[in-house]
Amino acid sequence: MKYLQIILKNITRKKIRMLLTIGSFAVALFLFGVLVTINDAFFAGVEMSGADRLIVKNKTSVGMLLPYSYKEKIKQVPGVASATPCFWFSGVYKDPKNFFVKFALEDNFREIYPEYVIPEDQWQAYLQDRRGCIVGRKLADRFGFKPGDRMPLQGIFLRDPWEFTVRAIYENSKQEDDTAAMFFHYKYFNERREGFDRVVWFIVKVENPETAAQVARAIDARFANSADETLSETEYISQTRYVTMVGNISLILTVIGAVVFITLLLVTGSTMAMAVRERTGEIGVLKTVGFNDTLIMVLVLVESIVLALAGGGLGLGLAKLYTLGGDPSGGMFRLFYLSPVNIGIGLAIAAAVGAAAGIMPAFNAMRLSIVDAIRRV
Amino acid sequence: MVKIDGSGNDDSLITISSLDKQYQRGTETITVLTGLNLDIGKGEFVAFMGPSGSGKTTLLNLIGGLDKPTSGNIIVDGKEITAMSGKDLAAWRARQVGFVFQMFNLIPVLTAFQNVELPLLLTGLSKKQRRAQVETAMALVGLGDRMMHYPRQLSGGQEQRVAIARAIVTDPTFLLCDEPTGDLDRDSGNEILEIVERLSSEHNKTVLMVTHDPEAAQRARAVLHLDKGILQEAAGGVS
Ligand SMILES: Nc1ncnc2c1ncn2[C@@H]1O[C@H](COP(=O)(O)OP(=O)(O)OP(=O)(O)O)[C@@H](O)[C@H]1O
Ligand SMILES: [Mg+2]
Repeated sequence: MKYLQIILKNITRKKIRMLLTIGSFAVALFLFGVLVTINDAFFAGVEMSGADRLIVKNKTSVGMLLPYSYKEKIKQVPGVASATPCFWFSGVYKDPKNFFVKFALEDNFREIYPEYVIPEDQWQAYLQDRRGCIVGRKLADRFGFKPGDRMPLQGIFLRDPWEFTVRAIYENSKQEDDTAAMFFHYKYFNERREGFDRVVWFIVKVENPETAAQVARAIDARFANSADETLSETEYISQTRYVTMVGNISLILTVIGAVVFITLLLVTGSTMAMAVRERTGEIGVLKTVGFNDTLIMVLVLVESIVLALAGGGLGLGLAKLYTLGGDPSGGMFRLFYLSPVNIGIGLAIAAAVGAAAGIMPAFNAMRLSIVDAIRRV
Repeated sequence: MVKIDGSGNDDSLITISSLDKQYQRGTETITVLTGLNLDIGKGEFVAFMGPSGSGKTTLLNLIGGLDKPTSGNIIVDGKEITAMSGKDLAAWRARQVGFVFQMFNLIPVLTAFQNVELPLLLTGLSKKQRRAQVETAMALVGLGDRMMHYPRQLSGGQEQRVAIARAIVTDPTFLLCDEPTGDLDRDSGNEILEIVERLSSEHNKTVLMVTHDPEAAQRARAVLHLDKGILQEAAGGVS
């Protein structure tokens, strides 16, 4: 575009002002990039949860456990494909800041989580090692785990460390980035607890996701009026409940974002208005030599949008670098990832703010009468 | 051929009839031009003189399509420019008119080359063709070696020559010069006037020039006086 040169010269004519404007956009879009990533991280569990998995807990409270014997009874409920007890293990790997999620599951792991892909030989090695464990690709990369590596975990209640050996590494065929957890044998876990055999929750795989809600009701009905009544819900609802508990993160993030962008709009709007006012005479000259009103307006608008995209691109680039540096919470999030879609949305917002900031100055430049403009020069 | 009696002329390039121009400033109406008639033939070199505030700039702006009259009309080369839309007028200016103002009106952030190239951006010319035309125009004003200079790196006279190069780069039919030497010393001013004269005599451009300087006016083939909105022939007559 042959007018680009003019636009670039106009942008760079006041270097400090240009840097401040680009800097404002960069800061705002950096913030946007990090906030959407955090927001996504909170909801990642929800989005990644299978609609065909149920979580069965004690109805009375999360603190109350369920008898292990429920597993077989659950499996008899029509529509249930598979079930496993699950325990969220809180052991520490070397240092508490090395946080990652650790689950004890039975060996129908692959039926419960078909999206986790494990090479057959590794899977066999895992089955044969009582103290074997499976780690996700991301977790493996984080600590450099390879099959055969030892992984001692310090339990919180038991003194002696738990000795694990990495036997398998899983990839996620549905959501590439969700590979940050560790799984190990429920049997080994229960042995260490000396056959305590009470279960925090069961994970149930249903045959058909469409009947998941019915199956959940059937399971709860099965244990109604027993000593330990159950509450079954889909993994999705269970996760949503957790996120809602954390607080209305989305709303907070949206409010912060909106305030930032409105401020940005006002600041950039007045900057552009000033830039155009200073150039009144020059705009008159451009019109004199034949630039029509529409072209003048487009030039100002594009200038504003280019500034916005330059700053926005910079901010999003920095945000991407920041997220690549890893989860700042040290592993609390299963997913910490600034997606290309969110980068696109960020750029679109930047461009929209740029356009909105430029529209009034552009309109004024368009309406400027030539004779008035060149009189001022 | 220059006439101010409205009698018309078959070969005139510019025909102005019963032109009125008033400015509205708040509730106050300022009458600048009243019932002005003017015919200017192709290839003429006309100087306009007159006291400050007499409407010389206003008249030039109207002829160049920068402003609209209150009533009356202006026909240039058979086209009634007073009836054109803003957009058509802009396109018409780009092709037909070259402007040179007293204040040099160069864009400070663009090089001399880029300033001269501005009107060519509006044409369909390729980059190479534009470059060739800019080079021709710059050579014509004797600044072939100053293309990459910014306005602040040029003297006043050189800036004004760049402005002339920009005015002629599209090879327009006529040139409008509003006190082109008003801000220059005598020597630089003479250089400018010589270029303008050459454009008239060698390149056959029609030139309309406003000036306060009688010496400058002498270079024109015809001199008109504007006073209180009325045009008069200068002493010595209209050629
Ligand atoms: N845009 C405008 N709004 C209001 N009044 C104007 C405007 N332009 C010109 N005038 C008035 O019209 C009159 C003629 O102005 P013009 O600039 O045409 O005079 P001029 O002959 O070029 O004067 P000078 O020799 O000082 O350049 C002046 O009284 C001026 O104040
Ligand atoms: Mg004037």
